[in-house]
Amino acid sequence: MSTGTKTETVVTAPALVADRITVRFGGLVAVGDVSFTIPEGAIVSLIGPNGAGKTTFFNVLTGLYKPSAGRVRLGERDVTGLTPHRIASLGLARTFQNIRLFNLMTAEENVLVAMHSHMRSGILRTVLRTPGQRREEREGREFARELLDFVGIGKSANDYARNLSYGDQRRLEVARALALRPRVLLLDEPTAGMNPQESARFVDFVHRVRDEREVSVLLIEHDMSVVMRVSERVTVLDQGEKIAEGAPEDIKSNERVVEAYLGKSGTDGYHGGDR
Amino acid sequence: MSTSATGAGKRLPLLHGQRPWALGFLGGVVFIFTLYQWVIPSSADSVQTFFQSWLPMSALNTSVIWAICAIGLNIVVGYAGLLDLGYVAFWAIGGYVAGWFMSPFVSQMWPSWRDVEVNVFGHPAIGQNGGVHVSFWLVLPLAGLFTAFWGLIIGAPTLRLKSDYLALVTLGFGEIIPEVFRNGDNIYGFNLSNGDLGIGPLDPIALGPLATIPGVPSVLGPFDLTFKFLVYAFLVAVAIFISLRIREGRLGRAWLAIREDELAASMMGVPLMRAKLSAYAVGAFIGGVGGVAFATSNGSGHITQSDFSFQNSITLLAMVILGGMGNVWGVLIGALILSWINLVGLHQVGSVINDLLHTDIDFPSFNFLVFGAILILMMLFRREGLIPESRTRQILREPERGELESVGADLEGDPA
Repeated sequence: MSTGTKTETVVTAPALVADRITVRFGGLVAVGDVSFTIPEGAIVSLIGPNGAGKTTFFNVLTGLYKPSAGRVRLGERDVTGLTPHRIASLGLARTFQNIRLFNLMTAEENVLVAMHSHMRSGILRTVLRTPGQRREEREGREFARELLDFVGIGKSANDYARNLSYGDQRRLEVARALALRPRVLLLDEPTAGMNPQESARFVDFVHRVRDEREVSVLLIEHDMSVVMRVSERVTVLDQGEKIAEGAPEDIKSNERVVEAYLGKSGTDGYHGGDR
Repeated sequence: MSTSATGAGKRLPLLHGQRPWALGFLGGVVFIFTLYQWVIPSSADSVQTFFQSWLPMSALNTSVIWAICAIGLNIVVGYAGLLDLGYVAFWAIGGYVAGWFMSPFVSQMWPSWRDVEVNVFGHPAIGQNGGVHVSFWLVLPLAGLFTAFWGLIIGAPTLRLKSDYLALVTLGFGEIIPEVFRNGDNIYGFNLSNGDLGIGPLDPIALGPLATIPGVPSVLGPFDLTFKFLVYAFLVAVAIFISLRIREGRLGRAWLAIREDELAASMMGVPLMRAKLSAYAVGAFIGGVGGVAFATSNGSGHITQSDFSFQNSITLLAMVILGGMGNVWGVLIGALILSWINLVGLHQVGSVINDLLHTDIDFPSFNFLVFGAILILMMLFRREGLIPESRTRQILREPERGELESVGADLEGDPA
């Protein structure tokens, strides 16, 4: 497949580094000593069977959980233990597995919310509507429209998020995340609920996001066809540990990965592969 | 009824889609003022008695002051979705600030302050020059800021709590603050609040340069109710203006987002504590302003802690819910209706019924029964309030698109 359209990204300063992350819940080790890097401008995937610790790991990156051990660096900056809103404003944006939009706000307002940390107007300036505040609002709105157009739902800018179709809601989530002007975009099972054509279009979309918005992308994804087509690198977690990492083709043929997904080899007659 | 703006870069009008309401409000104020200032005094006695008993000016003034506070509470409850059962605390703080800065009381606070005599554009009553007398117009922002400050202090620990727990703790503060004023007449010799006796007499409102207009009194005494009405209506307008402006800005969106989905909001870079605290502070600011207005409206010219009971918090909340959470105009109307029932309606309707049936029922004492019934009826038949916010109407009246699709509705063919 055409994964190699971009020549293997030259490893400059990575966009995000997770260094030997461990998360324990009581006695349970949900994530054990996982290191992980997102190179600048790369599209990487995190996969693994259910319960592998993907979501926990995601939550560590976004600041929802504090790791029991290990550090997270966003660009040059150590963000371990910072609050989620702080990490978000420093350039780590995400979408949600089960869409979490602000339903009773319009699409445009949804996007504007994510610009909160980039805007400065406080109570007084808002009440007085100073020229600075107005300019900020206007620019914010323009940027919001730009992003909505970018994801292809510009015409729905004034619709309440709850009234958008499922696919448009997914797009709006991406637009909202991009409004943070992130360095890294985390997509949590973005193709859940999409049919194969939609998923295929989504792969192109992710590439476009990366290229035009200059972000690095990390996906958690179950749909292997999407993973294999979209990612430049794949990391596989199983039972809280990293069991493999590499280019998609290598991952496909990696014994431990196949094992993790399908059980020990020799489980007779079952040759699934990925779809 | 302006349709929401299309196209990017379009400049927002002054009050986005609120103009009809704003004009209606202005018209109402002018109408009432004209009615009570000129029309009624020159009408027949029967007309005068009718208005005197069914809609006296003093009750109107008090209603308007309730409306100020309800609009303040609406910021906390309606906008940010933080259930506050102790809002009366802010009202009380504002009232006492007025007491401290607009009466001779400061000279009684501490024995050595006996000779304190400060006057900042103030208008002490004759023979009441001692103490601190600051102009009403300066006390308003002062009390607002002071109350907002206390909002932050109370909010900082409490706003970390969620829903029910937050409600409980705010309830506690709503009880504590008036109790502090009740017992604050001797804090190691310092008299903070004069205990049960309260503080007074409060200085009248002075109109300053406005008094040069013929017919306008320079100082609003106890009988200048119509002019006081204008002052209080102006404060309502300010509260509404602040609400609407903030609602449309960065902070208002953050509040809405928090109300909708706290976790998602924080993941989008909205600092939850800060945003909630600012909602609390703005709400408290308006509550403080309402407190000052209340202090100057009291017929006795005194404020005492008994003016600020827990029931006030509940009544305010009922006003917000009745009117339509999140919509200032709805809240305004809810506040006017409920205070009218409370101050005049029950009494009047009650005496009519008593006359008809030759009974002797004390109807005003049933006010909370009536409020309760109203709220229950609202919850049954009109959950979104009398004049709901368009968003709330959305969720309560219209099915979600996802729901429609799940039953097979074809939505792609819709015009839009």
